[in-house]
Amino acid sequence: MLVLEQALNGLQFGLMLFLLAAGLTLVFGVMDMINLAHGSLYMVGAFVAAWIAGRTGSFALGVAGGVVLTGLFGVVLEAGLLRTLYARDHLSQVLATFALILILNDGVKFVFGTDLPLSAPAAFEGPVELLPGLSYPSYRLLILGVGIVLAVLLWLLVQKTRLGALVRAGASNRTMATAMGVDIPKLFTIVFGIGAALCAVAGAFLGPLLAVQVGMGENILILAFVVIVIGGIGSIRGALVGAILVGCVDTLGRTALQHAFRAFLPPQWASAAGPAVASIAVYVFMAVVLAFRPQGLFPARG
Amino acid sequence: MRRAAPLALAALAVLAAALPWLLQALGLDFYLSLANRIVVAAIAATSLNLVLGYGGLVSFGHAAFVGLGAYATAILVSEGVTSGWAHLGATLLVAGVAALVIGAISLRTRGVYFIMITLAFAQMLFYLANSTKGYGGDEGLNIRARSVLGAGTFAVDLKNPVVCYETALVVLALVLAAVARFVPSRFGRAVLAIRDDDVRAEALGFPTYRLKLVLFVVAGMLGGVAGALAVNQQGYVSPNVLHWTQSGTFMVMVILGGVASVWGGVIGAAVLLLLQEVLGAWTEYWAFWTGWVLLAVVLFARRGLAGLLSAR
Amino acid sequence: MLKRLSMKPLAAACIAAALACAASWAAAADKVKVGFVSTLSGPSSALGIDIRDGFLLAVKMNGGKLGGLPAEVIVADDQFKPDVAKQLFEKDVKRDKVDFMTGVVFSNIMLAALPEALDNKVFYISPNAAPSSMAGKDCNPLFFAVSWPNDAYHEAAGEFANTRGLKSVYLVAPNYQAGKDSLAGFKRTFKGQVVGENYTKLGQLDYAAELAEIRAAKPQAVYIFLPGGMGINFIKQYVGAGLGKDTQLLLPGFSADQDVIGPVGPAMAGLFNTAHWSPDFSNAANQKFVAAFEQEYHRVPTLYASQGYDAAQLIAAAVRDTKGRLEDHEAVRKALKAAHFDSVRGPFKFNTNQYPIQNYYVRTIGSDGKGGLVNKSFNEPILKNHGDAYVQGCAMKG
Repeated sequence: MLVLEQALNGLQFGLMLFLLAAGLTLVFGVMDMINLAHGSLYMVGAFVAAWIAGRTGSFALGVAGGVVLTGLFGVVLEAGLLRTLYARDHLSQVLATFALILILNDGVKFVFGTDLPLSAPAAFEGPVELLPGLSYPSYRLLILGVGIVLAVLLWLLVQKTRLGALVRAGASNRTMATAMGVDIPKLFTIVFGIGAALCAVAGAFLGPLLAVQVGMGENILILAFVVIVIGGIGSIRGALVGAILVGCVDTLGRTALQHAFRAFLPPQWASAAGPAVASIAVYVFMAVVLAFRPQGLFPARG
Repeated sequence: MRRAAPLALAALAVLAAALPWLLQALGLDFYLSLANRIVVAAIAATSLNLVLGYGGLVSFGHAAFVGLGAYATAILVSEGVTSGWAHLGATLLVAGVAALVIGAISLRTRGVYFIMITLAFAQMLFYLANSTKGYGGDEGLNIRARSVLGAGTFAVDLKNPVVCYETALVVLALVLAAVARFVPSRFGRAVLAIRDDDVRAEALGFPTYRLKLVLFVVAGMLGGVAGALAVNQQGYVSPNVLHWTQSGTFMVMVILGGVASVWGGVIGAAVLLLLQEVLGAWTEYWAFWTGWVLLAVVLFARRGLAGLLSAR
Repeated sequence: MLKRLSMKPLAAACIAAALACAASWAAAADKVKVGFVSTLSGPSSALGIDIRDGFLLAVKMNGGKLGGLPAEVIVADDQFKPDVAKQLFEKDVKRDKVDFMTGVVFSNIMLAALPEALDNKVFYISPNAAPSSMAGKDCNPLFFAVSWPNDAYHEAAGEFANTRGLKSVYLVAPNYQAGKDSLAGFKRTFKGQVVGENYTKLGQLDYAAELAEIRAAKPQAVYIFLPGGMGINFIKQYVGAGLGKDTQLLLPGFSADQDVIGPVGPAMAGLFNTAHWSPDFSNAANQKFVAAFEQEYHRVPTLYASQGYDAAQLIAAAVRDTKGRLEDHEAVRKALKAAHFDSVRGPFKFNTNQYPIQNYYVRTIGSDGKGGLVNKSFNEPILKNHGDAYVQGCAMKG
């Protein structure tokens, strides 16, 4: 029962991670750009959603507003600034997007303050009895639901629509795609906007569980990169599998390892070592994937 | 590579060495710790410049080596070992071995995968530091004593802020001299050749992998030394020293100051930390303006500030 | 050329700094300077903000003075980061040459920054963090805790659990010095069985994993030490997971104060908690404080605010009793030790290790008569004239 509950937690975290990773893998896969500021879009999404929800009293409006406005912000950012970085080397992209993190962190602080409260919608404040003896918070089930729905929608978008075909073409071979007449700049802008919108969904939904605060993107950003490396750069399917794997290893690892360590370590040490080793395990996993299958589990490129 | 006029260099050295007394005369001795931090950061940035600038290897995990040096020294001090030479030895050993292992694995990859794997290793060490409750864990470790080089009347105790600063300055001078020697040397030219076109270098018979590994290990060891000096200055070390944002900051210093230039690390460290200090006194949003400055440098000054000024 | 290059920024910084210093040089030594560093941003900012507001209220109520001397309070935000706090302490002590340092909420941040004050012979008056290490082996004549020893609320809670006949308890605290102290304190007095002891990451806000463990362990009660944003999230998620129905939640005062009651809401009604102070204490000093605070800030003060207020009062008493001669460190220390001020908590005195000896009470959350919730205390203290368990380890004996 405990394992089941922890597995659900891992799945829930993994799905939110997927939303971030999906946008990131597309940007990286299609535009070949390292965007460190992706976590900042997640932060902007959370802040906008929290601000709107605070003003209107409606979580749903907050999410909707956050998604739309962050998507638009992403489009403006891409067209205005990031576009100039596509032709540059990775190092310049790292520096420029790192600078963006600094600018956006302080920018958000200036506009909204250092943190904003965001509560789960009142209807989802209580538990749901999934099985006799297993009550699970309904809010987390909502997140699971939203995550699954978006994953399916993204899959449909990428596999079944024309836009998706263009994205897949761009991801697997950009030069060929350009040669075939694909309007690359517009494609890039749309892809970036979608990525930003997905970040906003994750930010808004994770807001009540974590905290809507300046700098919230920095830790989750690295995990998103790990996910896309494991899954395969440019592959949505890879991002999904990678995210769920990472989410589960992280969550289950934390608790299982803590239990194991408590057998021979004092509780404070066990509590510190458990999560640390789980996190290390995630990175070891990535290193192993890079060593044996560097293109990732589901490579987008042929 | 421009050679600075020896007179200008000597004047700079004298000024830097005399700084503690200058600051004291102005009543600004609080700023000695800032000067010390700049010197230490300059050493770390210069060591990164070796792999990043000259080697062309985008290592996103350099903070790990700096952090290892800091922790090696701090742990020894907290266990009662205050000999500076022991600290130096441990630092070089730990950072060197780590760089050897990390480099051996990472250098088999290239491009973005190299970036990601160096990042991964640094994060692993970050979490390891977080987990060691015996040495502070995520609360960090305070040390009350410092490194002492030598003994008796000639003991050089880094607990004295002026001594600490001058020691760091000496180390920086040695590092800069070494880098200046390295660039025109056979090793240096081989590394530059590999950076510019490593397929061709390989075809010409250069042992590219081995050369890159040696460079990586040397840079790692020097980074470790910077860390050891840092913990002497601060008296405190925490896992944040190993966080990826710290690696990013070092990269920013290198790029700001100028990749593949001897003074790049010094200029970048000085400009970034001074910006932080000066802007920070004026507004709480100093990071915002710093970000714009960085962005401007990336977009308009591709060779960093050193490049900008030597073009004149 | 290169000489010009590196010197320009350095020279500019020197000039700027000199100008800044000149401005502060104009002020002579006839004022008391206090460096106030606290957590003023992030999920736990409510704590630092309250301490600051309480402290500044005391200064304001004294006409901008402390103990008769004009007071300059330099407020800065440690952003919940030990390294930032360290640099701020260094700035206040070395550049601004303050007479007292105060303000920090969290023990780990305080312990990291403290050497900057103590090594430079500046008094630190702690309005909150009071770890066991500073009560015992690391005690220092320059360190005064004006709040309560870290273990105290938890010892009181353990005793309260005994009186309620609770036999099995699950414990949760963040994994840092104060967290360890807190659960050690609870275990010291609690006579039942501890079925689980879980240390979470400091600053962690998602407790899904821990709640699942609690559910599996089936304790009679859960006792947590999770200050600030951590507590708010835990309690919300606890209720959200349906645990509130079968398992009692016991809290120390800071997880049940106004800063938590507000965001969590009606789910808090009826919960018991322990503290050294309650807004409904009837002594004159407290009534004056609560009324003034509510008028100035339009909210009920938390115990953090009461501590900030008392810290200012303590400093004022020391300045007054030494007649402003702050250079005489021994005299200042004696005056601080004597603590001749009217604390809002009632009787107050320092132990030999400069930690308080005081009473601890049980509070319960009830209606404030205006549609909201507030803490109400029981008259009989659960622990009377209680010191701390570490005083024997301290070398200071008087």
